[in-house]
Amino acid sequence: MSAGDKATRVFVTPEGVDLRLQIGDGGQRAAAFFIDTVIIVAALIALTMLAFAAGLTTGGQAGTEIAAIIWLLVAFLLRNFYFTAFELGAAAATPGKRLVGLRVAARDGGRLRAEGVLVRNAMRELEVFMPLSVIMIRTQEGGGQAWMYLLAVIWVGIFALFPLFNRDRLRIGDLVGGTWVVRTPSQRLTRDMAVEGSERLVRYPFTPTQLDAYGEKELHVLEEVIRRRDRRTVRAVAERISAKIAWSASPDQDDYDFLSAYYAALRGRLEGRMLMGRRRRDKHAA
Amino acid sequence: MTAALKSQRFREEREADWKRLERLMDRAEKRSVASLSDDEILAIPVLYRSTLSALSVARETSLDRGLIDYLEVLSARAYFFVYGSRSTLLDRLGGFFRKDWPAAVRGVWRETVVAALLTALGAVAAALLIAHDAQWYHVFVPEALAGGRDPAASTEALREMLYDGGGSGDGLSVFATFLFTHNAQVALLAFALGFAFCVPSLMLLIYNGATLGAFLTLYFSRGLGFELGGWLLIHGVTELFAVMLAGAAGIRVGWSLAFPGVLSRLDALTAAGRTAGAVMGGVVVMLFFAGLLEGFGRQLINNDLIRYAVAATTALLWAVYFYGPRREARS
Repeated sequence: MSAGDKATRVFVTPEGVDLRLQIGDGGQRAAAFFIDTVIIVAALIALTMLAFAAGLTTGGQAGTEIAAIIWLLVAFLLRNFYFTAFELGAAAATPGKRLVGLRVAARDGGRLRAEGVLVRNAMRELEVFMPLSVIMIRTQEGGGQAWMYLLAVIWVGIFALFPLFNRDRLRIGDLVGGTWVVRTPSQRLTRDMAVEGSERLVRYPFTPTQLDAYGEKELHVLEEVIRRRDRRTVRAVAERISAKIAWSASPDQDDYDFLSAYYAALRGRLEGRMLMGRRRRDKHAA
Repeated sequence: MTAALKSQRFREEREADWKRLERLMDRAEKRSVASLSDDEILAIPVLYRSTLSALSVARETSLDRGLIDYLEVLSARAYFFVYGSRSTLLDRLGGFFRKDWPAAVRGVWRETVVAALLTALGAVAAALLIAHDAQWYHVFVPEALAGGRDPAASTEALREMLYDGGGSGDGLSVFATFLFTHNAQVALLAFALGFAFCVPSLMLLIYNGATLGAFLTLYFSRGLGFELGGWLLIHGVTELFAVMLAGAAGIRVGWSLAFPGVLSRLDALTAAGRTAGAVMGGVVVMLFFAGLLEGFGRQLINNDLIRYAVAATTALLWAVYFYGPRREARS
């Protein structure tokens, strides 16, 4: 994958196949958390205004009380179970994670368990909410001492940056819950570039020596080039390859046709070697 | 058209199945599992396995990178669906309350004993300190919590508060809700803090005990001990137990981090996290009941003996539920 191997993790299914999952990086995690925070805060503000409106319109104590009860309960649920509830669902992701393209998974390759989700989010209390509320209480009481803020900031800093200091980008909650956050990229099936190339092979008879000039790495670069079909790149690459394999071009040869035929031929050759158990990583390999 | 390459034929023969699985996944993820028919749900695991085996074959025989990327992502999506939880919420909750929660609570019994001892320790320490100097009372019971219940109040006022809920009966339900959310927050905090090698959990437990001890000292010194007992225990059995369990869960997590035993630190932490998580899920429920008992039960029942009876009943119920003998599940 183009995202690089730093984010790829071995993840073996019970059937014994490695799915090579991509873990979510720090930026994506932060973005998802930010979106979720905005949703929670917006919901709280809307809820507060609704409660006030309800209290004002109904008047009387009963109305105010019901509004207060609903406010307290919903605020509690939002703070503690917003993340848990969404992550227990089929998508295993909060709206923020979904937007960014992330989901929670069990690190051991097994089922994502409810306890794991519960724990990973109960730890948020420690990571975010507690130091924040300490600061807020101090500010309200007017007794905010500089060192209290400093400590709280350091505290939040340590926990917020914790994912950056381990390979798998685990939060404290992920550590305890046995979970991690992986990417759920959307990937459509792209055209097989060899299909049109094979049809042109008749017009481009390459010799085995000409096909041994490159390996898998170059094949993938070539695949990108003909998929993009940028005229100047196609021309430049066609010239490089022609020179390398000593191909004498006929005057009416189309560069793109040439490349796609060479791609199909090269792939056939390399795949033939693969079947024999001889892979060739790149042009320098034997 | 005949494909020239083996990998091309391989792809052409199976593409329809992959596309079908992809469409099913789209629907399951975007809408819900309920939008799939029975046949489709049964087809998914079959399609998943064939896609997965196609992936392993493609990795060994095909150099079509677009195909391999596609199969990896599709297999992962289907994997999460096939091995994800598809039991209904009710099933899960049923299993949790029947089996998982009591088992987890029994699993942390040692920590629970420690938590209870620490609470008692806090109470005794507070009592001794207050006996020494009454000013200590204000250290253990903050103004907001005391609500006028401090050594300066007259005995008569103190007695009245035991039977009046500290406010008019109208504010009852708000009060109950507030208590529930407040206590649940404290319990969750007690748990989360366990991560720092249990120390903060221990301190919170001791502090909770100290507040309790301060109340007890004040009321016993006015000869209101028996009445206070009823006032506290009617919900306190449930609430204190819940807070102790939360502390116990925190201790379990912190302990496994400090002393992982034969497991690696990370594995020990994860194993402890599972148990602790199950305990915590239940603690929130317990606190909900405690809030109901405190907000309604205590304000509506003003007879000491009935209060004690309710307290004893809840104690018995929790004890039997958690620690009572039960039929072993046959595996």
